[in-house]
Amino acid sequence: MRERYDVTVIGGGPAGLAAAIAADAAGARVLLIEREARLGGILKQCIHDGFGLVRFKEKLSGPEYAERFIEQFRAAGIDAMTLTYVTAIEPLTDGGFCLTAVSRDGVTAIESKTLILATGCRERTAKQVAIHGTRPAGVYTAGTAQHLTNLRGVLPTKKCVILGSGDIGLIMARRLTLEGAEVLGVYEAKPTPSGLTRNLHQCLHDFNIPLYLSHTVTRVFGEDRLTAVEISQVDDAMRPIPGTESVVACDGLILSVGLIPENELAETLGVALDPRTKGPVCDGSLMTSCPGVFSCGNALHVNDLVDYVSESGEQAGRAAAAFCGAARDLAPIEIGKELLYLVPQQIDRNADNSAVTFYFRSRAPMGKSRLRLQCGDAVLFEKTYPFLRPPEMERLTVDLRDLPAGGALTAQLDSLEGGA
Amino acid sequence: MEQLVCIVCPRGCTMTLNDTPDGLSVTGNACPRGKAFAIAETTQPMRTLCTTAATAFPAAPVLPVRVRGEIPKDRIFDVMAAINAVTVDFPAARGDVILENVCGLGVDVIATSSLLSEEGERP
Repeated sequence: MRERYDVTVIGGGPAGLAAAIAADAAGARVLLIEREARLGGILKQCIHDGFGLVRFKEKLSGPEYAERFIEQFRAAGIDAMTLTYVTAIEPLTDGGFCLTAVSRDGVTAIESKTLILATGCRERTAKQVAIHGTRPAGVYTAGTAQHLTNLRGVLPTKKCVILGSGDIGLIMARRLTLEGAEVLGVYEAKPTPSGLTRNLHQCLHDFNIPLYLSHTVTRVFGEDRLTAVEISQVDDAMRPIPGTESVVACDGLILSVGLIPENELAETLGVALDPRTKGPVCDGSLMTSCPGVFSCGNALHVNDLVDYVSESGEQAGRAAAAFCGAARDLAPIEIGKELLYLVPQQIDRNADNSAVTFYFRSRAPMGKSRLRLQCGDAVLFEKTYPFLRPPEMERLTVDLRDLPAGGALTAQLDSLEGGA
Repeated sequence: MEQLVCIVCPRGCTMTLNDTPDGLSVTGNACPRGKAFAIAETTQPMRTLCTTAATAFPAAPVLPVRVRGEIPKDRIFDVMAAINAVTVDFPAARGDVILENVCGLGVDVIATSSLLSEEGERP
């Protein structure tokens, strides 16, 4: 007979662990599936500190943060399959899903009433940022460089250039410097840095690593191993400006050029994705467009703090445990152009909306600004922010119990700076 | 007048330091930790340090470690050298001391993962 679970969580990183613990605490029979040998996800290699400030009021390293959850997970006696890969998910005719999982024991079929997709995100690669030239060794994503340095104990470069000012790139600039590599500079095509301001300071300024804005890598040189990269200035549309090229000798190019939520499994289920977040369109309980399928963590949208990843995992876990297949009355939220994205993207009018947690980012850096949520002409909620920066996600909880009937839901961000 | 960005938490407040007759004044900080950080930056900047230490276990060649308390910023590379001279040959658990009183700074280096003690349990 096939195993039948109430909740199956796919992914054993911070989102999946929190989801499984929350669903178990709510009384559900839970299974967690992880493709790696150890639980913890990307936190295993994030050995720097700064995790858990919101949740634990402590500055923990990635492994410390993850292991707190892993210990809780084990103490609860929740079923887990590691070194296991989910290859297919099919909806069952009587509700629920059948998963095909491949592990060292072979192929297993598992039935589950609900699914939580906690599959995290992937790094954009050199192919996705159109760098020309040869294909030498020495071009790594920041995550790969981090894996080699922090888990394998191998230094991937002696002298490198970092493309992209995302947080992992900044963290790796410091990490490689500490281990004795020379980091020649961080090049960012955008006119503003992508990473958190504190990381610009503690990772670059502390080690005198220069940051070049509006610059990008346009070409790589080298046959077997990278020998140099070509750097160009870019214009407002991030197009390289001819005549500005310069060649920098190095044996490593580290790419920190963005993260994309991983939703291959979600797509096989026909889950609708939001082109802004590249994660599933969800309601206030983090249920996707597919009833019984929930999303959380970086699979839902790329977070900058793990504390919020865990929080969304817990939300999804509780909601999945409580899932009973009730009909939804979904009201999409239209967002204004100043918002880069807003999660959740829709509200189920039939659900208990007494505490809906929203996450958003502004499209561009803004001074004093106001977020406003409306239903038709009625203002449901507004909040003023002293400043907003796209790298820093904002989170807020709103009581939406008394949603006026009818009327479109809208969210918009207005600048309150002089003249506006 | 000097401006600096707080690194205590992800909020990253931009703070302004001013020399006043009553001593240093700090503005722009959202909490007292920011003020303390700003003042330390002008006197003795302190940092935490997270790195790895080599192990004697082939399945996990490096173990994540960190200093238990802050160390002076200008001693970071001395502490790195001290940690890089160590090989962890026991199945350390999270919080175990890897190096006592590193460089005489009064701060221990501790393991931040139970990776080795758990690897040992596996068949």
